[in-house]
Amino acid sequence: MTTIYSSATEMAQALSKKDISSVELTKLHLDRIEAVDGKVHAFLHVDSQGAIAQATAVDAKRAAGEKLSPLAGVPLALKDILAQKGVPTTAGSKILQDWRPPYDSTVVAKLKAAGVVILGKTNMDEFAMGSSTENSAYGTTQNPWDLTRTPGGSSGGSAAAVAAFQAPLAIGTDTGGSIRQPAALTGIVGVKPTYGGVSRYGVVAYSSSLDQVGPFARTVLDTALLHEAIAGHDERDSTSINAPVPQVVAAAKKLDVKGMKIGVIKELGGTGFQAGVSQRFNEALELLVAGGAQIVEVSCPNFEYALAAYYLIAPSEASSNLARFDSMRYGLRVGDDGSKGAEEVMSITREAGFGKEVKRRIILGTYALSSGYYDAYYGSAQKVRTLVKQDFEKAFAQVDVLVSPVTPTTAFKIGEKSNDPVAMYLSDIATIPVNMAGIGGMSLPVGLAPEDGLPVGMQIMAPVMQDDRFYRVGGALEAALLSKWGKPLLSNIPELGGM
Amino acid sequence: MAAISRDDVAHLAKLARVEMTPDELDHMATELEDILGAVKRVQEVATAEIAPTSHPLAMTNIFREDVVRPSLTNEEALSGAPAKAEDRFKVPQILGEE
Amino acid sequence: MTLDYAGATTKYEPTLGLEVHVELNTKSKMFCGCATEFGAEPNTQTCPVCLGLPGALPVVNAKAIESSILIGLALNCSIAPYSRFARKNYFYPDMPKNFQTSQFDEPICVNGYLDVEIQTDEGQKVFRVEIERVHMEEDTGKSLHVGGATGRIHGAEYSLLDYNRAGIPLVEIVTRIVPGTGKYAPQVARAYVTELRDILRSLGVSDVKMEQGSLRCDANVSLAPIGSGKLGTRSETKNVNSLRSVERAVSGEIERQANRLEAGERIIQETRHFLEESGQTRPGRSKEQAEDYRYFPEPDLVPVTPDAKWIEELGTRIPEKPSVRRKRLQTQWNCPDKEMESLVNAELLDVVEETIKLGAEPTRARTWWLGEISRLANEKEVAPTSLITSKDVAEIIALIVGGDLTDKLARQVVEGVISGEGSASSVIEKRGLKVVSDDSALMTAIEAAIAAQPDTAERIRGGNIPAAGALIGAVMKATGGAADAAKVRELLLKHLGRG
Repeated sequence: MTTIYSSATEMAQALSKKDISSVELTKLHLDRIEAVDGKVHAFLHVDSQGAIAQATAVDAKRAAGEKLSPLAGVPLALKDILAQKGVPTTAGSKILQDWRPPYDSTVVAKLKAAGVVILGKTNMDEFAMGSSTENSAYGTTQNPWDLTRTPGGSSGGSAAAVAAFQAPLAIGTDTGGSIRQPAALTGIVGVKPTYGGVSRYGVVAYSSSLDQVGPFARTVLDTALLHEAIAGHDERDSTSINAPVPQVVAAAKKLDVKGMKIGVIKELGGTGFQAGVSQRFNEALELLVAGGAQIVEVSCPNFEYALAAYYLIAPSEASSNLARFDSMRYGLRVGDDGSKGAEEVMSITREAGFGKEVKRRIILGTYALSSGYYDAYYGSAQKVRTLVKQDFEKAFAQVDVLVSPVTPTTAFKIGEKSNDPVAMYLSDIATIPVNMAGIGGMSLPVGLAPEDGLPVGMQIMAPVMQDDRFYRVGGALEAALLSKWGKPLLSNIPELGGM
Repeated sequence: MAAISRDDVAHLAKLARVEMTPDELDHMATELEDILGAVKRVQEVATAEIAPTSHPLAMTNIFREDVVRPSLTNEEALSGAPAKAEDRFKVPQILGEE
Repeated sequence: MTLDYAGATTKYEPTLGLEVHVELNTKSKMFCGCATEFGAEPNTQTCPVCLGLPGALPVVNAKAIESSILIGLALNCSIAPYSRFARKNYFYPDMPKNFQTSQFDEPICVNGYLDVEIQTDEGQKVFRVEIERVHMEEDTGKSLHVGGATGRIHGAEYSLLDYNRAGIPLVEIVTRIVPGTGKYAPQVARAYVTELRDILRSLGVSDVKMEQGSLRCDANVSLAPIGSGKLGTRSETKNVNSLRSVERAVSGEIERQANRLEAGERIIQETRHFLEESGQTRPGRSKEQAEDYRYFPEPDLVPVTPDAKWIEELGTRIPEKPSVRRKRLQTQWNCPDKEMESLVNAELLDVVEETIKLGAEPTRARTWWLGEISRLANEKEVAPTSLITSKDVAEIIALIVGGDLTDKLARQVVEGVISGEGSASSVIEKRGLKVVSDDSALMTAIEAAIAAQPDTAERIRGGNIPAAGALIGAVMKATGGAADAAKVRELLLKHLGRG
């Protein structure tokens, strides 16, 4: 029987066999959201009407015998950073309160075309700046594994929704780890595709040269199906790669790593990493060896500068990307009492509409780009980017994929790091190099840390446009873990009540 | 590196059009200095002979044909406007105009 | 004591610099598919991209690149093998993203020149104006200021924004400083802009209408005491909307600066505005401090690297330089200066050249186009070229030369063509407008005229030859002008024994 605990693949099969209708499946999820979102707070906006309407349309097409996409009728949660026509899109910011875009992002258009049912918009750190959803202007999302902890971020709402069975699929964005880190902290699969693999058109920009849209799901195959549904060239995005989408679904089904060379990055592990994280990571490596893969240690000496470079590049681009929020054309307007000029109203609105972290990064970015400091900061950061890229190139010359833990620790307590920005930034230390180089990476759950019972993620990275490689490794490792555990990791998640 | 003063932050806040109270300026100055202390590490390895990478992809010459596509309607264009009048975006008076 | 212009240029050496903004005449905008038509209803030619909506991304218009390269080639520039767009960051309500996508240190064309010729006390003299760079950028929206007593912005209660113009492709052509023009600086400035306008028109890349703002000129002027070898502080005059204004703005600024210097005052580096009525300039927006534009490479666009073959192909499309062509045609046609000027001003050069190429005699071609056809066009308030083709005019002229049409008949043919009766030949046929050259038909008319005025005939017989005019007139009248007057005279005199 199909339930909210089924995988997306199972749901799709049940739909195609007409064992369940999309409307029924959608209602199951809307009920689940109703029941548990008070505790999780994964959603900022639930579009019940729109979702039912989409589901009804898919059911009608199916009844008429039309050929449908593999995921037609399956529900999905959308990060609130993607423009969806007529549906509130806030990017977690007060400055975009009540903004309803007059257009669809390319990813949303593709989802609609594929018949995927969009349940609503999920919570996130404001403008994707953060690693915990604590920077959302609309409250923090709780980790379904432990409601006193964060689900990670910035795509924390999407990850929590999938982990809490509010949606089998979700879309996130990843600028420095914003898909992989929350996936790891909530025990689900998350993928940051190769930069340019998925269109950024209609995605509220944080850092244009780093941002990438990607899928979340509870299994590798589900993730691959969603990846294929949203990937591909888009003429509206000049940085979209005009090449065939890697065969990720086929790779996810391969379940075989025999003969593959897997590189463990020396610099991303050991000191500074929680014992249980390292333990589960190493156990997963053993499973890969047992599956016939060869493990090689590789060194990426410049990764230690990546975090610093990221916190110059991303804020610099953000300071420019966020300049458009000025209260003239859309969004919040504060202080327009008839006595003030446009310039003053802009400044007052931006003060009132942006949260603390956003302002911090805008000021930092403004500094890094300003004349006299550009070369020392932004310029130097771009050189580090070159070095990080070269480290990856050298490493991939020796191995097929690279692996590391996704995060140094399991999910941290809400409030634990919110007053120490630099400590918060450190949680992205293992994920940032991937964005700097524009390659793709997957976060795969590999167990629960013995000391706290919270999920641990392994990061699997592949060269540009070789995303199929991490799906292959991820699929095989997932199967090995499942046979070791006898049941999925998420079956250990505490019951949230409701169903 | 010189310390970040409140005046420095005030200048940046003005460039970035973010109104800030004196308290906020002080606070931001301290935070900015901490963060810059951490991120200035990039200068350790950023030597002159390394070429900067501003973009992960090495693509060039992505163009579109000069073809007109449908625009938004006036109504759609103005749908998010905080205020509108005469089919235009209505904004507070623009001062210091040329 | 105030200095007049002559006084100012006796003491001070002006240095000139010119920045010209050209709106390209592409069908769609620089970075999106919105139409570029002038005069459309407000905010009807906008989309997420040119409104700077969150998530929208730019894609470069290929035609704009092509036009920019053509302009560069026509101005003897090198075309950069690698050029990039950058973001110029500053806040202004008419700029939707609060940054302008422009080019900074990597423009598409560099190091060109344009030679202009002006009349000096020592005769015609050529000045070389060196071009520093030609770069691409996008136009801003337009603001309208409402309320307040004067309608001037300082009294405005609010402003209204129309973004139809936002994102229209602009090319900025920047000269190096032009030294050594002495008192001719205003004429050199005007000649440069004129020549530039003609080149742009001949390339077909812009409407170059200064009054509509598709060609805008900023003039930089500085003064230094003659012989000092120094460069003074410059002012930049904007809002110069006609060729005549370019000249007036430069001379006005030279006078103003000279008088300030005479009074021991400093020249402030500032933006000034040209006042059409007075020919003076007034100070513009004062900037408390120099703007810091925080340029950085536009991460949403990729570099432009035109290949040599494309540039070579575009090079073959550069027409002869308008000034060179004018000289060549003037010599070929043996055309007086004044008439040449009239042809240029009336934009009739092309059509006259075509008419002559089709075999028409040059003097007649010029006379017909400048005279009768222009007169009729003026009456109808349309362009002469919209009334009749060069082919028809050439045919009519050939018939006149061959004696088949008189000037009077030809005017009737022209009128017939214009009123839509068909081509020249069909009008001639339908109206029966051929010259009557049949001697017997003419003799009948001559005899009738003699019979009607026997006294006059008698006087002619008696040797009073000038009296023939009256009879010739009567014959011409009787044949409706379709007779060759010379032929009538010959036959008449012969008939009366005076031939």
